[in-house]
Amino acid sequence: MLYYTLKRLGLAGLVALTVSFISFGLLYISSDPAIAMAGETASDADIEAIRQLYGFDRPILVQYFDWLQRAMSGDLGKSYYFRTDVSALIAERLSTTMTLGVSAITFAIVLSVPLGVAAAIRPNSVIDRIALFLSVMGQALPSFWFALMLIVFLSVTFRLLPTSGSDTWQHFIMPTIVLGYYAAPAIMRLTRTGMLEVLSTDYIRTARAKGLRPRVVLFKHALRNAVIPVVSLTAVQFGFMLGGSIVVETIFALHGAGFLAWESITRNDLPTVQGLILVFSLFYIVLTFFADLLNAWLDPRIRIN
Amino acid sequence: MSDRVLHVENLTVDIPLATGILHAVDGVNLHVDRGETLCIVGESGCGKSLTSLALMDLLPTKATRKIKKLELGGESILGYSEREMSDVRGNKMGMIFQEPMTSLNPAFTIGNQMIETLRRHRNLSNDAASELAKRMLEKVGITAAGQRLGQYPHQLSGGLRQRVMIAMTLLCEPELIIADEPTTALDVTIQAQILLLLKELQSEFDMGLVLITHDLGVVARIATRVAVMYAGQIVEEGTAKQIFENPLHPYTRGLMRCIPVPGKTKRGTPLGSIPGMVPSLIGDFTGCRFADRCELAGDVCRQSDVPLRDPNGKTQAYRCIHSIEMLAKGGVA
Ligand SMILES: Nc1ncnc2c1ncn2[C@@H]1O[C@H](COP(=O)(O)OP(=O)(O)OP(=O)(O)O)[C@@H](O)[C@H]1O
Ligand SMILES: [Mg+2]
Repeated sequence: MLYYTLKRLGLAGLVALTVSFISFGLLYISSDPAIAMAGETASDADIEAIRQLYGFDRPILVQYFDWLQRAMSGDLGKSYYFRTDVSALIAERLSTTMTLGVSAITFAIVLSVPLGVAAAIRPNSVIDRIALFLSVMGQALPSFWFALMLIVFLSVTFRLLPTSGSDTWQHFIMPTIVLGYYAAPAIMRLTRTGMLEVLSTDYIRTARAKGLRPRVVLFKHALRNAVIPVVSLTAVQFGFMLGGSIVVETIFALHGAGFLAWESITRNDLPTVQGLILVFSLFYIVLTFFADLLNAWLDPRIRIN
Repeated sequence: MSDRVLHVENLTVDIPLATGILHAVDGVNLHVDRGETLCIVGESGCGKSLTSLALMDLLPTKATRKIKKLELGGESILGYSEREMSDVRGNKMGMIFQEPMTSLNPAFTIGNQMIETLRRHRNLSNDAASELAKRMLEKVGITAAGQRLGQYPHQLSGGLRQRVMIAMTLLCEPELIIADEPTTALDVTIQAQILLLLKELQSEFDMGLVLITHDLGVVARIATRVAVMYAGQIVEEGTAKQIFENPLHPYTRGLMRCIPVPGKTKRGTPLGSIPGMVPSLIGDFTGCRFADRCELAGDVCRQSDVPLRDPNGKTQAYRCIHSIEMLAKGGVA
């Protein structure tokens, strides 16, 4: 397990380095950063001055290592638009996004794993049909429409929940439902297929032939093996939620990191975009790393050779 | 009769398919005594596995079982609920499967899987169960048993895994073990070892053993009695000696021609094979199921179902309309 962990860690480090290089390069691929910083009306002399000031005239690798060093100490530069530190800006927005992401993924897991298991135990039963219906709905309903329907019913008609903002936990309920419901179908389907597959294996037959109780067969012997692919998928879904919850954040006016990314792209605020990409990617890497560790713990074939 | 371990009467297994109902097992009677090895032989698809699963009440959900009598150790387990059956499984009757590579759960250690079986049926502490598991592993010839308990199935070879399966099945010292082709997936040398081991343990624990196999060589070595299955029915049943020395049913006689006998079969003579194909068992079927492949078959054979009969009361029963004399003269052999 230690060897496996170290190997994964090394790999994660390499990926992080690559990602950092790409996100650094972004600034140069899109446009000349000096021109972008100076603004549209700047003279050639001004641009040149900025180029000197910020060191854009140095070799690119030197600039990269310089940038990397600063990034690692938490300095991601200044936003062109807000004129504040990108890292502070992201940190502030990230707490909203994280709160939403964690509650949404929890909601998705709590909804879809038991449903997937129940559907697999009795394929084609009523509960299986309900699960299928819910998952088709989840995939077919556009998030914004679902969000609006929730607002209409829960906020406008019954006045149960606040429509927008992020002040109290009640503000997070509807966004959590919308975002979680969006992620749930895939998790549910994978749980169901995984469970169905595992339930027809020889070792489940052995477990039954040993006289184990159905509960033990199902939750010890089957579920443990069936959730292995679900773990990886959930990690990816969670990653998506952090970066891709723009629609939900916009509708509910939750000013999180996804919303910030969208704003910054439209404003050409490259340092912020760069910082966000870096942070999102690192999140992904960390998530995948933990998902891999969890899988290795669940499946000894991964951890012991 | 107290040492009768298993008594089955009129076992039928039907599986509904898109094209009709598959009568996979049809009117099977079986009995096994303590210390006895009953071998069930027959070609692929004749219903051997379904028969054994039906005894454990572990058939696939879509299959339906009809059975007149099912007694284990003299006690009828026919009306048992799923819960009561699960008390019996792994405790009074155990099963060993064909695929040792996939029959153990990859996510748990050998020890975990053995201990859970013991503790399910016996009121034991974890340590006591672990100690018993270790001793059972030693008994099936596994070295460094204590260490093996902490290993995962994928760390063991196929032969070792099958030994583990055997040890696990023996933990609660069942009265009856059903082994469905336990050696088919293994190397030839290991096959022999495992069979020998099963045989030894069977006499040591004085259990009944139902061994399913296609391998007539194996049958010759370890069977007390033999049941020959064809297309879902038992077509002949008798002691090993009777079946090998004096097979009656044309199918059994055909099978016997398929194995070379050292000293008897001359070098260079072609081994027999049975021409033709097994009939479809979907839908209703009347008459002898072997008729289409049988040299002795006439119109009578196809007109009505043939019962399994033992005209001389010699415990050798066969399912054919022809007389013993006629068969012995050998239209076929
Ligand atoms: N789950 C199932 N669904 C449909 N048909 C099945 C199922 N299980 C078995 N059968 C059919 O029932 C018949 C008997 O199957 P069974 O597995 O008992 O054969 P077998 O004698 O054990 O053969 P083998 O020697 O190949 O293991 C076969 O024709 C098989 O195709
Ligand atoms: Mg079989």
